Amino acid sequence: MKKQGLVTLAAMMALSMGLSGCGGAGNNTKNATGSAPVKTDNAQAESTTNAGGSAKAEKLVFWTFVDAHQKFMESMADSWNQSHPDKQIELEGTTIPYDDMHTKLLIALQSGVGAPDLVDIEQSKFPNFMKGTPQLVSLNDILEPELGNIVKSRVEIYSKDSTYYGIDYHVGATVMYYNKELMDQAGLNADDIKTWTDFETAGKTMLEKTGKPMITFEGNGNWSWWPAISQQGSDQVDKDGNATVDTPVNVQTMQFFQKLVKEGVAAVAPGAGHDTEEYFGYMDSESAASVFMPFWFMGRFTDHMPDLKGKMIIRPMPAWTEGGNRSAGMGGTATSITNQAKNPELLKEFLSYAKLSKEGNIQIWKQLGFDPIRTDVWNDPAMKESNKYTDYFGTDIFDTLLSVKDEIAPVNIREISPKVFDAIRNEAIPMIFIDMADPAVVLKKVQDSLK
Amino acid sequence: MQQQINREPALASKPRNRLANSQHLAPYLFVLPFIISFLLFFAYPLINAIIMSFQSVLPGEVTFVGLDNYRELWNTDFADALYNSSRYTLFTLLLLIPIPLLLAVMLNSKKMPFSNFFRSTLFIPALTSVVVAGVVFRMIFGELDGALMNSFLHLFGISSQRWLYSSELSMFALLVLASWRWIGINILYFLSALQNIPSDLYEAADIDGAGTRTKFMKITVPLLKPITVYVLTISIYGGYAMFTESYMLWAGKPSPQNIGLTIVGYIYQQGFQYFNLGFGSAIGVTLLGITLAVSMLQLILTGMFKKEE
Repeated sequence: MKKQGLVTLAAMMALSMGLSGCGGAGNNTKNATGSAPVKTDNAQAESTTNAGGSAKAEKLVFWTFVDAHQKFMESMADSWNQSHPDKQIELEGTTIPYDDMHTKLLIALQSGVGAPDLVDIEQSKFPNFMKGTPQLVSLNDILEPELGNIVKSRVEIYSKDSTYYGIDYHVGATVMYYNKELMDQAGLNADDIKTWTDFETAGKTMLEKTGKPMITFEGNGNWSWWPAISQQGSDQVDKDGNATVDTPVNVQTMQFFQKLVKEGVAAVAPGAGHDTEEYFGYMDSESAASVFMPFWFMGRFTDHMPDLKGKMIIRPMPAWTEGGNRSAGMGGTATSITNQAKNPELLKEFLSYAKLSKEGNIQIWKQLGFDPIRTDVWNDPAMKESNKYTDYFGTDIFDTLLSVKDEIAPVNIREISPKVFDAIRNEAIPMIFIDMADPAVVLKKVQDSLK
Repeated sequence: MQQQINREPALASKPRNRLANSQHLAPYLFVLPFIISFLLFFAYPLINAIIMSFQSVLPGEVTFVGLDNYRELWNTDFADALYNSSRYTLFTLLLLIPIPLLLAVMLNSKKMPFSNFFRSTLFIPALTSVVVAGVVFRMIFGELDGALMNSFLHLFGISSQRWLYSSELSMFALLVLASWRWIGINILYFLSALQNIPSDLYEAADIDGAGTRTKFMKITVPLLKPITVYVLTISIYGGYAMFTESYMLWAGKPSPQNIGLTIVGYIYQQGFQYFNLGFGSAIGVTLLGITLAVSMLQLILTGMFKKEE
C-alpha cells in the first residue's frame, strides 16, 4: 500500500507538471512550427493533386503576414504539383500578423529551432535578418541566371556581401493616382503635368476651381518623401550604410512639399498616413484630387475606396527636371528560405517556379495585383485581361508602367535602415508636416541623432 | 482509509517509505509544480535576461560587451519612454484610486438604486480585450470632425483636435482608456474590502452623531488602508508595464515624436523591431529596478513594513 501511495503521488506530480510546465513547452513548440490550421480547402486540393503523383509529397511550412500571399503560394504549389508529379510538395501556409510573424521568426532563427522552411520578410524588417551570420539560404544559383530579366534592385535590397537571400513579389513602382473627375472639373489634364513645377501650377488651379487640395502627403509615414528623393537619385541611407537624411536634395524636396502644404495645394492625409481608415474615407469622398503611392496601393483603392471606381487613372509621377526619373521602387516583401529548411534544393526549385518564372510573375499580377519583378511579362496580353484592377483603373495600367520601366532607381536598405525609417516617420515628418517646423533644421537634427 | 491507518505501524520501520509519507515533505511536494513552473518560466528567463543584458546578441554571434548596453541607455528615447511611463503611472494613481473608492462606497450603500446593474456595467470593460478597446479608442480619438471626441467638443464650440499628435492630448486619451478599463477592477477590490468592515462601527458612529463624511474619513478610509496599498502597488506595476494600450492607439506604428513610447514599448522596439536583444534585456532589467524601487518606496512611506501595533 505504501508503494501504491508513492506511485499515486508520483503520478499526481507528473500530471501537475504536465499541466503546468511541460504543457506550456509543448504549446510553444506547436506555435513555433506554425500553429494556425492549414486551410482545409487547400489541403483537399493538394491531396487530390497528390493522389496522381507517384512520389511522397514533401511537406513545406510557409509563413507570411499577408493572407493574399498565402493564397498565391498555395495556388502555385497546386500548379507545381500538377507539372511535377515526381516532386510533390505539400505547402502548409500560415498567415500570422505582421509584427508577430517577424518576431517569431527572429526568435526561431536565433534559437535554432521552430523556423518555417519558407518565409515572407518585409523590406523594412529585412536588415534585422542580415545582422551577424544570416540564417537564410543563399539564392544565388536560382537568381543569377534570371538577373537579366528581372528588376535587379528588387533582389539587391535583400542581399549581403553579394549573396542574395530573398526574392520580392513586386517592383513597387510609385505612380500618381489622379481622380480624373476632379481634374476635369478643374479643367486639368493629367497628361500635361510633366514636372513638379507643372504640378504646383495645376494644384493652384485645382484649389481655385474646386476648393480642394490637389494632393495629400503622409503626416507620419515615409511614402511621400522617400519616393520623391529616390526619383532624384538620393536616399536616406547610402551604399555604405550611413544615414544621409539631410543632404541638400532631401532638404529641398521637403521644403518644396511643405510649401505646397502651406499654399493649400497639398493637405496632410487625415490619420496622418495613406493607409488609415480616415484617409480611405476622406479620399473616397473625393476630398483630394491625387496621391502618389507605390503600385501595390492599387489594392487599397479597390478594397477600401469603392466609390472611386472608374474615376481614378494611373500616370507617371511628375519629374523634378525635364527628362528626370518619373518613378521610384518602394516597399516590398521578400520570400526567403531559412537554414532550418529540410530540403533547400527542392525549395529553391519551387521558389524559382513561383516567383521567377514567367507563369509565376503573370500570376502575381493576376492574383495579387502587383507589378511583377520580371519586366518581360509587363507587355504580355495577360496584363490587359479584365480583372478587378483593370475594371477600376482601366486597361492602360501597364502602359504607364512600361513608360517608366527604366526610371526606377534602386534604394539602399542597410542595417541602420529600420532606425532611420523610424526617425523619419516619428520625428521628421510629423514635425515638418504637422508642426510646420523648418525642414532644414529638423532633418539636420534627425541626421545628428542617427550618428 | 481504515486499512491504511491500520497498516501504518508495520510499515513505519522502512525509512524510505517514512520519508514519502512524511508530513514535513508533503507540503513541499504539493507546491513542487508551482516551484518548477516558477523556475522554468520566471527565474530562468529572468536570469537569462540579466545575462543577455551584458551581451551583444546576433544570429550566430553572441559576445559579452560588459556594461555597453547600460551605457547606451543614456539617450533621449529612453528618457522619453521613462518620462511617459512615469507620467502615465502617476496620473493613473491619481485617477484609479479615489474614483473607484468613491464609486465602491456608493455602490455599497443601501440607498443606491440599481447598484447591481452599475456594478456589472462598470466591470464589463475589464473583460474586454485591450486590443479591441485600443482600436475602438483610436476611432473615438480620431482627428476628423466626425470622430466621437471631436463631435463632443463641437457641442461646446471647440474646434477639432489632433488627439494622437500632441503629448498632452494623447496622454489624456491614454488615461481615458485606462480609467474606462481599470475602474471596474479597482471597484471590485474596494467593494470586497468594504464588505469586511463590521457594520457595528458605523452603528456606533451613528449613535455618537457622526455625519456621512466623518464616517467615511474616520472609519471607511482607515480600514480600507491595506487594500488601498495593494491597489496602489498593482497600479504602479500596471502603469510601468503599460504597452498594449499605446501600441494599439497608434495602430502598431511608432507614435509621432515618441509621445506614446513607454518603457515596455521601448523594449519591444529595441528587442524585436531592431533585433537588439542585448540592449532590450538591459532596458528590461532597468525597468525591473525602477518598478522595484518605486514600489519599495511606496511601501515604506505607507508604513507597510512597520510592525502591527
